[in-house]
Amino acid sequence: MTTLVIAEHDNASIKGATLNTVTAASAIGGEVHVLVAGHNAGAAAAAAAHIAGVTKVIHADGATLEAGLAENMAAQVLALIANSGGDYTHILFPATAAGKNVAPRVAAKLDVGQISDITQVDSPDTFERPIYAGNAVATVQSSDTVKVITVRTTGFDAAAATGGSAAVETVAAASDSGKSSFVGREVTKNDRPELTAANVIVSGGRALGSSEKFNEVMIPLADKLGAAIGASRAAVDAGYAANDLQVGQTGKIVAPQLYVACGISGAIQHLAGMKDSKVIVAINKDPEAPIFSVADFGLEADLFVAVPELVSAL
Amino acid sequence: MKVLVAVKRVVDYNVKVRVKSDNSGVDIANVKMSMNPFDEIAVEEAVRLKEKGVVTEVIAVSCGVAQCQETLRTAMAIGADRGILVETTEELQPLAVAKLLKALVDKEQPGLIILGKQAIDDDCNQTGQMLAALADLPQATFASKVELTADKASVTREVDGGLETLSVSLPAVITTDLRLNEPRYVTLPNIMKAKKKQLDVFKPEDLGVDVAPRIKTLKVMEPAKRSAGIKVPDVAALVDKLKNVAKVI
Repeated sequence: MTTLVIAEHDNASIKGATLNTVTAASAIGGEVHVLVAGHNAGAAAAAAAHIAGVTKVIHADGATLEAGLAENMAAQVLALIANSGGDYTHILFPATAAGKNVAPRVAAKLDVGQISDITQVDSPDTFERPIYAGNAVATVQSSDTVKVITVRTTGFDAAAATGGSAAVETVAAASDSGKSSFVGREVTKNDRPELTAANVIVSGGRALGSSEKFNEVMIPLADKLGAAIGASRAAVDAGYAANDLQVGQTGKIVAPQLYVACGISGAIQHLAGMKDSKVIVAINKDPEAPIFSVADFGLEADLFVAVPELVSAL
Repeated sequence: MKVLVAVKRVVDYNVKVRVKSDNSGVDIANVKMSMNPFDEIAVEEAVRLKEKGVVTEVIAVSCGVAQCQETLRTAMAIGADRGILVETTEELQPLAVAKLLKALVDKEQPGLIILGKQAIDDDCNQTGQMLAALADLPQATFASKVELTADKASVTREVDGGLETLSVSLPAVITTDLRLNEPRYVTLPNIMKAKKKQLDVFKPEDLGVDVAPRIKTLKVMEPAKRSAGIKVPDVAALVDKLKNVAKVI
C-alpha cells in the first residue's frame, strides 16, 4: 500500500498545500511518495525530499509539464501508476485549482470514482467530506482498487517541511497531448501571505461599496495585522476585489487563526469557506446579519468608522 | 457548430438543508429545487455563442429523475434549442454522469461541451474533467472568459493567484466559473416557447452505460456546530478580547 501525493509547487519551492496533503497521506498509512512534475523543478523536488514522512520523491521534468496542463499532468500520473505494478493504492491531490483540474481526469481514465475534498481519513477506504456547502458531512467508502482523492487542506495540519531524507528518482516527462497550449498568466501581485496559508485574513464584503473604498479600508488593516485579504462573492462580483480573493463554498476554503469579516452579511456559501477559522471577528452594522451567528466577537458598527479605529488601536 | 450543455437539478442555493435524523442523508423532500447555478452560467454562455452566430444549435442535457425535465425546460427558456433527459432513479455519481455524457457526445458530435464547474449539492467538481478524459478531449476548467474561432477556443481560467489563459483545440470541454457571465432572467413568453421544444428521453441502458454508484455513503452527519460568541460594545473592547482572551494578536 503506497500513497502518491501530487505536489503543488512553483518549480523552486513546494507550496504549503502539499504539506497538508502529505499529512492526509500519512494518516492513510503505508509509504508516501511525492510526484514533483514541472520544468526545471530540481529545487522543488529537493525540497519535497525533506518533508517529514515522505519515503520517495519522483521528479518528472520537461517543458510539457511547465504550465501544469491537465492533459499532460494526468498522463504523467497515469504513467507512474501503470509502471508501479499496482503499488499505488491512493492518489492524493491537494484540493487547489490545479489539483481539482487534474484529479478527475486521472480517476476517469482509471475508471474509478473520485472522492473530493476529504477533511478526515477514517480508514484506508473510508473518508469524511463536507457536502451542501458544509451543512452536512458525509462519511464515504470506496471499493475501487485505486482511490483518487482531493484533500481539503484546512482539514489537515501541515507536515514538517524538514526532517525527511527521501531519495529522489527522476522519470521521463509525459509527452504533449497536442490538444491544449498555455497562452499566458495574469498573476495578482502582492507581498501579502497567500490566502489559503495565511494566519490572519481580513475580508471585505459588499458594504464597502467600491473598489477604491475596499482598498482604502481593508489594506491598512491587512498591513497592520500582516494579513491576507479576502472578499465575499458579492464584493468580487461587484468588481471591488479580484476573483482569486473570493472566500466561500466554490472559492477559497480558509481556516486562519483570525478571520476578520468586514461588511460581510454571511451567506451560507461564504460561511462554508471560513467557518473553521479559529477566531472569527465580524464587523457589521446590521444586528441581524448571519455572520454574527458564527463570530466569536461581533462588533455592531459602521465599518467605515470601526475599521480605521481598529487600525489605530492595534 | 453544436454545443452540448449539461444541467443538474439541485436543491436551490437559498435552502439550508437539514440532515435526516437517521443520518442516511439530507432531507430534500418538499424542498425547492433549481438548476445548479454554475450550469445556468453554462447555458447562458452557449446561448450567447449562438446569438453571436458562432454556434448553430444548443442542446441541453440532464441526467436523473423525471423532474429534471423542468430543469431542461428552464434551459430551453434561456435559449437552448432542444433537450435530452437521461432518466434514472439511481443515485448518479460524477463518473456515471460523465459516461452518459460521453455516450451523448459520441451520438451528437458537438464542437463544444460546457458544464458548470461544480454542483452545489455534492460539491464534487469532477464531471467536466472526467468527461474530457473519457472522450479524449482537451479541457479548460473554471472559465471566466471564452472566445471561439473555427477550430480553437481561447479560455481564461480562474486559478489560485490570478487568471491564466489556455488555447484548446475543438472539440473541447469547458467548465464555468462564476464570473463568466450573468445569466438572463427567463421571460414568460420564453417559458411558453420552451414547452414546445423537443425533449428526448433515454434510459442509461439505451446508451449502454452502467451507472451503479462506486462510492458508498455510510452516513451523513451535522457538522460540528460553531457556537455564537459575544457582541462587543466598541473597538477598544474588541482589541482587548483579541489580545487577552483569544490571544491571536
